[in-house]
Amino acid sequence: MTGWTRLGSVPTPERGDPGPAETITSADVIPSPVYLDAATAAPLHPVARQALLAALDDGWTDPDRLYAPARRARQLLDAAREAAADTLGVRPDELSFTASGTTAAHSAVLGGLAGRRRTGAALVHSAIEHSAVLHAAERHVAGGGTATSVPVDRLGRLDLDAWSAAVTRPRVALAALIAASHEVGTVQPVDAAVSTCFAAGVPLYVDAAQVVGRMPVPAGWSVLSASARKWGGPPGVGLLVVRKGTRWESPWPADEHESGRAPGTVNLPAVVAAAASLRAAAADAATEAARLSPLVDRIRARVAAEVPDVEVVGDPEHRLPHLVTFSCLYVDGEALLHALDRRGFAVSSGSSCTSSTLRPSHVLEAMGVLSHGNVRVSLHRDTTEADVDRFLAELPGIVADLRAQAGVVGL
Amino acid sequence: MTTPEPDEILDCLGQRCPLPVIALARRLPELPVGAVIRVLADDPAAAVDIPAWCRMRQQEFLGTAGTAHHIRRRR
Repeated sequence: MTGWTRLGSVPTPERGDPGPAETITSADVIPSPVYLDAATAAPLHPVARQALLAALDDGWTDPDRLYAPARRARQLLDAAREAAADTLGVRPDELSFTASGTTAAHSAVLGGLAGRRRTGAALVHSAIEHSAVLHAAERHVAGGGTATSVPVDRLGRLDLDAWSAAVTRPRVALAALIAASHEVGTVQPVDAAVSTCFAAGVPLYVDAAQVVGRMPVPAGWSVLSASARKWGGPPGVGLLVVRKGTRWESPWPADEHESGRAPGTVNLPAVVAAAASLRAAAADAATEAARLSPLVDRIRARVAAEVPDVEVVGDPEHRLPHLVTFSCLYVDGEALLHALDRRGFAVSSGSSCTSSTLRPSHVLEAMGVLSHGNVRVSLHRDTTEADVDRFLAELPGIVADLRAQAGVVGL
Repeated sequence: MTTPEPDEILDCLGQRCPLPVIALARRLPELPVGAVIRVLADDPAAAVDIPAWCRMRQQEFLGTAGTAHHIRRRR
């Protein structure tokens, strides 16, 4: 093994180092891994890797200091901000980098409410927001505010009449709507929700984590958040955009970083990589969507046809190009995840047995669809047609085996 | 909703999903059409999955009261 060059350095195997030889019997052969959980984190985009490595050399100084290396860091940060803002079609001074997508969502909700506290303390949100938004809402309610959850239909589409009724009530400080469901892929009627909010004078916060870098971002919102690892950027970078004229007040202790919107020094190399990969992902978004969307259609059709007693959920048309979710009747979600993992497939699940709280996904619950035996498959730029076909070839047998083991065949 | 008087009670308290749904799927076809079964299940997923099962199997979901879920055999 190379890499033991200096005493005290951390040994790192060279890329492609085969490691010590082992005897492998045919029963041990694990098929090549197929990663299908891009909605959690997409594999690092090559542009992100390249930018990250380059920025490690220049991006470790504090951009706020006044010496030459710090000025170099400041240039990198400014360039990253301009690139990200340009990609999203916003002004650079409207965009802040945060420590994660979750932090950006917390800031969007709590800051949007704080900025409008003289108007009222009512928050309106859809029933299918990301848990980061719901947890911020819980904090708001614990502090004496109110939160109204607006239902969705069986396909996961916002109930616009209920939304309109909730938003036009007096004393609404902020409305929050996810651009597209991270769990079932249903794209939300953001344009219609924007119109209602605009007429009521209520600012709208859009959680755009699943659409930024993949689809055009809807217009008309006041606050937006996103997460770099969803588009192939590194983990630990979120975006918070607050449009000019929006009453937003930081919910955090005073701090001068990121225009006072995100406390603490940014992870500059990661921010540079996030911005570079965002530009690359957005440039390829239409092509990638055109490639991945038919693969999602194929999964939707073949899972429904070839796995008995399965419910493919979410809107089949107005959906994300890369994400599909289904639930298998009588199958334990955790057992299904492990069985798929043993065959090399990495997917996620909204089933209660796979969550730390042992509660089913609030999204599946709000839609009224089966929550056990749930699988979410999400594709990315490295996903091939062959990967999808192998998954589709193996899934029916894996589900059938689990049902046979549980003695539920024919129920 | 008024709680219907069940013809049978299935105790699935403490069982995790999908077990209560499986127990329901095993028992309901053994009851006559029109019979009402009460499934006691405290796994929060049961409140989602029992109505979903009724929809998939064209059985009648009557409602939930606490941890008691009521289903009528329709076919």
